[in-house]
Amino acid sequence: MVRITLPHHLRQLAQVGTEVELDVAAPVSVSSILDALEARYPMLKGTIRDHVSHKRRAFLRFFACGEDVSLDSPDSALPDSIARGEEPFMVVGAIAGG
Amino acid sequence: MSRVRVLVGTKKGAFICTADGKRQDWKIEGPFFGGWEIYHAKGSPVDPNRIYVSQSNGWFGQVMQRSDDGGKTWITPGSTEEERMTDFGFPGGESNKFVYEGDAGTHRWYDGTAHPWEFKRVWHLEPSLTDPDTVYAGVEDAALFVSRDGAKTWTELSGLRKHTTGQDWQPGAGGMCLHTILIDPTNHDRMYIAISAAGAFRTDDGGKTWKPINKGLVSGFMPKPEAEVGHCVHRIAFHPSNPDRLFMQKHWDIMRSDNAGDLWHEVSGNLPTDFGFPIDVHAHEPETIYVVPIKSDAEHYVPDAKLRVYRSRTGGNEWEALTNGLPQKDCYVNVLREAMCVDTLDDCGIYFGTTGGQVYCSPDGGDHWNAIGEHFPSVLSVEVQSFK
Repeated sequence: MVRITLPHHLRQLAQVGTEVELDVAAPVSVSSILDALEARYPMLKGTIRDHVSHKRRAFLRFFACGEDVSLDSPDSALPDSIARGEEPFMVVGAIAGG
Repeated sequence: MSRVRVLVGTKKGAFICTADGKRQDWKIEGPFFGGWEIYHAKGSPVDPNRIYVSQSNGWFGQVMQRSDDGGKTWITPGSTEEERMTDFGFPGGESNKFVYEGDAGTHRWYDGTAHPWEFKRVWHLEPSLTDPDTVYAGVEDAALFVSRDGAKTWTELSGLRKHTTGQDWQPGAGGMCLHTILIDPTNHDRMYIAISAAGAFRTDDGGKTWKPINKGLVSGFMPKPEAEVGHCVHRIAFHPSNPDRLFMQKHWDIMRSDNAGDLWHEVSGNLPTDFGFPIDVHAHEPETIYVVPIKSDAEHYVPDAKLRVYRSRTGGNEWEALTNGLPQKDCYVNVLREAMCVDTLDDCGIYFGTTGGQVYCSPDGGDHWNAIGEHFPSVLSVEVQSFK
């Protein structure tokens, strides 16, 4: 079971709480997590990555075990602690303010 | 009993304002989709409970929303279990998938270089006059899309963007947006659209082919002020009884065409300034039109710190200021192109919203104005549904 945290607006859109738990087939990667997330919550398609190119939206980043994995290959295997649900996979939006 | 429902899109969510036919006491509901920019919300003329909403922001891109019960509940089309179980045979959650047909190619960037066409957001939603499941979307970068399944999936009407002039279109300061869609109620194969800053176009074959209709427009900022395309058209309006007569608010200039856009002439007349964004036509007086002049393209607020709607009862040239109930000092707001509309009750109501968060209604064609609300987030769009 993979744990996923989403920014406020995406939680509102998917009507979920702070954390989402999903079964993700091994090997667990950014791509496989997002595939599972979008299959369960299709309203999130296109809001995290492009529908066609699957390119990450510019103002979003992905974190695993405190590391920014946004620029890694989306098919790279993530740490076991993510796959086991010990640590959450985090989708983080750029901070807006001033 | 007659009543109205006003759909307000703002920079931080949507609001629904309702009142009876007197249009004095308002009930305000919302915000819906709080924190998101609502560029446009519009109801189907066939089924008024069917409302389409364009929701977007810079982080998460485009989201489409649809209500089938007049705004009580909302779905992102194609994403619910019920909608995914239909027989259309498409994957769910594609209501925000706007993909240009074929090789998207390039248009001109601000500096004149070639720039790839990139979808950014939906500026305008125009529901069909005959089918509640059909809705057109005007998007940035400028293109026209259509959905025939209640906004679940979208297809580009690419004949517009692939017009021979398409590669020469350039964005205005607000982006290269297709913001105006008018469907001729007497001939559904005829539609008008407008793009900032490409100009106005017309199709006579249901969107397959398009013709620039910019003859008579003069734009001083262009190297060739009377070029076929490149004009920054801000809004076009017509009266349903005479859809060949078009009224245009251009970047500067109020323009009129009496032949479906084949030729335009200026009707700015005695306006204090002819820069502005919205223009609309009285529901029962085809020659009565409304604009909100703005000081200039460099100073996007009303002139003399006075919020004045101007009305012409002569189809242009002769204008009168409408001020009763509007702030006449210390006012520095703008009214954006989607933020004016008219209802169709017997006494035609006029509505507009400001960048300062005020939404006004005049229940008597502009003679008197009342605030529906004065503290909304900055208003992007205002539409009204009339129930007689």
